[in-house]
Amino acid sequence: MKEGRPRSFYVLAIFFAAYVLFLYGPMIAIYVLSFQGPQGGLTFPMNGVSTFWIAKLFQGTGIVDLGAAFRRSLLLGVIVMIVTVVLSVAAGMAFRRKFRAQSILFYSAIASLIVPSIITSLGISLEFRIIDDLIKAHWNENFETSMGLLTSGLGAHLTWTLPFGLLIMFAIFNRFDPRLEEAARDLGATPWQTFRHVVLPIILPSVIGIGLFGFTLSWDELARSSQAIGAVNTLPLDLQGLTTTVTNPDIYALGTVISAVSFTVITLALGTIHMLNKRQAAKGSDAGKGLV
Amino acid sequence: MSEEVLQQASPGLIPGSGTARAAKPTRLSPSFVSWLQAGPMMLVFLAFFLIPLVFVVIVSFWDYNEYQLLPAFSGRGYTDTFEGCIAQLPDLCTIGRTYVMTLKLCFLVWAITLFIGFWVAYFLAFHVKSKTWQMGLSLLCTIPFWTSNVIRMIAWIPLLGRNGLVNSGLVKTGLINHPLEWLLFSEFSVVLALVHLFTFFMVVPIFNSMIRIDKSLIEAAYDAGATGFQTLVNVIIPLAKPGIVIGSIFVITIVMGDFITIGVMGGQQIAAAGKIIETRVNALQFPAAAANAVILLAITFLIITMMSRIVDIKKEL
Repeated sequence: MKEGRPRSFYVLAIFFAAYVLFLYGPMIAIYVLSFQGPQGGLTFPMNGVSTFWIAKLFQGTGIVDLGAAFRRSLLLGVIVMIVTVVLSVAAGMAFRRKFRAQSILFYSAIASLIVPSIITSLGISLEFRIIDDLIKAHWNENFETSMGLLTSGLGAHLTWTLPFGLLIMFAIFNRFDPRLEEAARDLGATPWQTFRHVVLPIILPSVIGIGLFGFTLSWDELARSSQAIGAVNTLPLDLQGLTTTVTNPDIYALGTVISAVSFTVITLALGTIHMLNKRQAAKGSDAGKGLV
Repeated sequence: MSEEVLQQASPGLIPGSGTARAAKPTRLSPSFVSWLQAGPMMLVFLAFFLIPLVFVVIVSFWDYNEYQLLPAFSGRGYTDTFEGCIAQLPDLCTIGRTYVMTLKLCFLVWAITLFIGFWVAYFLAFHVKSKTWQMGLSLLCTIPFWTSNVIRMIAWIPLLGRNGLVNSGLVKTGLINHPLEWLLFSEFSVVLALVHLFTFFMVVPIFNSMIRIDKSLIEAAYDAGATGFQTLVNVIIPLAKPGIVIGSIFVITIVMGDFITIGVMGGQQIAAAGKIIETRVNALQFPAAAANAVILLAITFLIITMMSRIVDIKKEL
C-alpha cells in the first residue's frame, strides 16, 4: 500500500479532474449567468449581478407559464417515482426465484431501455390515437382524447424509469444474504413479516436510490414525452421549445430553477441514504460485540 | 430423508414442492405470488412498450393523406422514404445521406466516449484505493446524469457562441482574427454535447466489469514480468470486455435514435435518423414516421445482435 503512487496515477488523476471539469464547467457557467443584471446578455462578461431574470420567471410575465408547467412536472415526477419504487421492488422480489415469463420480462426491460426513445414515444402516440378513433367510432362521437399527462405521459415515463429500477434491484439482491430471510422464517415469521421487518430495512437505502432515479429521470424526461404527453407541456419540453429563440438570460434562469429542484431532490435522497447506512452500521448487527 | 426434515423446518425452501403447499393450505402458491409481484411491471411494458411497437409496425403499412391515417394496406410509408434512391444512383438519396450522417456521428461519439469512459473507469477502479473516495468520485460522475439534458446542452451556448468565452479568449490572445463559426450549431457541437451527456453510460458498465477483476491476476501478470502495457492489453481489456460492449450498446443506440441533442446543438440543421421521424410526425405523416421507425429499429437491432455475439449480456448483470 505504501509504495508511493506510480506515475500513471498522476496522469490519470489529471485526466479525471479534466473530465469532471468538462462535466460541471458549462453547467456552472449558466447558473452564474442566470444572475445577470437586467441589461445583461447571453454570454460573459456579467453585466452586474441581480435576481432580475429569476424574479421575472416567477412573476409569470416571462417566457412560459412557469407555475402550471412546474406543477405538472412535479406531479408527474412524484407519481412516476412512487410507481417505479413499488413495481421495481415487487418485480425484484419475484426475480429471486424462477417463474415463467421471467426472461420475457427481463428482455422487455432491457429492450425498453435501449430501443430509441422516439420509437417508443411514437408507438404510444399511435396506440392512443387508435384508441381515440375506436371510442369515437363506437361509443362517443364527441370524445376528445385519452392522451394526457397521467395516461400516455405516465406510461411513457415508466418505460424509461422501470428498467433502471429493476437493474438496481438485481444489483441489491446480488449481494443480499438469503440466510437472513431463512433465519426470520425459522423464527416463525410469515413471508410478509420477513419482508417488512428483515428484507425491507436492509434494502431501504437502495430503494431510496430507485426513487431518486424515478423522480429525476421523469423530471428531466424529454424524448419520450415529446410525442406522448398530449396537449400540455412539461417543464423540459417548454425549455426545449425556447432553445430556438434564445435572446435573454431568462432561459438560463429557467434552467437554474429546474436544476435547483433536481439538486434538492438529489441532496435529500443522498442524505437519507447516508443516514440509513450509518444507522445500519451502528445498530444493524451486534455480532462479535460480546454478550454483555 | 434430509429433504423431508428441511421441509418441516422451512417449507418453501425447496421450490415447487407439493408437500410444502399441502402442509400450509393457506399459503399462496409460489408461482401465483411471482405473478402478483412481477405482473404489474409486465403489464406496464405490455401496454406502453410492446403493444406500441406492434402498432408502429402495423401503421408503417397504412396509407395516409394530408391530415389523417387511412387504415388500408399500403407500402407508401416505405416508398416515400426511399424515394429517388435508385434513380439518383450513384449519388446517395436523402435517406441514404441521413443514415451516413447518423452513423458518422455514432462512430465519433462511440470512439470518444469509449476512450474517456475507459480511462475514467480505470482510474476509479484501480487507482482510487479507498472505498469512500471511490464512492464519492463515482457519485461526482453520476450527479450530472440526474440533471436535465437540455440544460446541459444550453450550457454550451455561453462558452461556444460567437461572442462566447472560447471565441473571445482566442481573439484576445491573437490566435484568430474573427470568431470561429463552427463552434456552435455544427457537427462539432453535436458531438461535443453527445459526449458530454452520455460518457456516463460508458463509465458505469466498464467500471462494473473492472471492479470485479481479481487484483491478484494483475499482480500475477506483474510477477511474471509483464509490462504495464502488456497487463492492460492481455489482462485488463479482455476482462473488461463485457462492460465495454454493454457501454457501447448504450451509447450507440442512444445516438442512433437521438433527435433532441442533434436538433438543439445542430441548430435544427443536421438531418439524422431520429430527426426524420420527428419531422414526419410534425407533418402528421404517421405511416411514414412509423416506416422510418421500423427501419431505425431494424438497424439498431442489427448492431446490438452483432455486439451481443461478443458477450452474454444476461450473464453480466
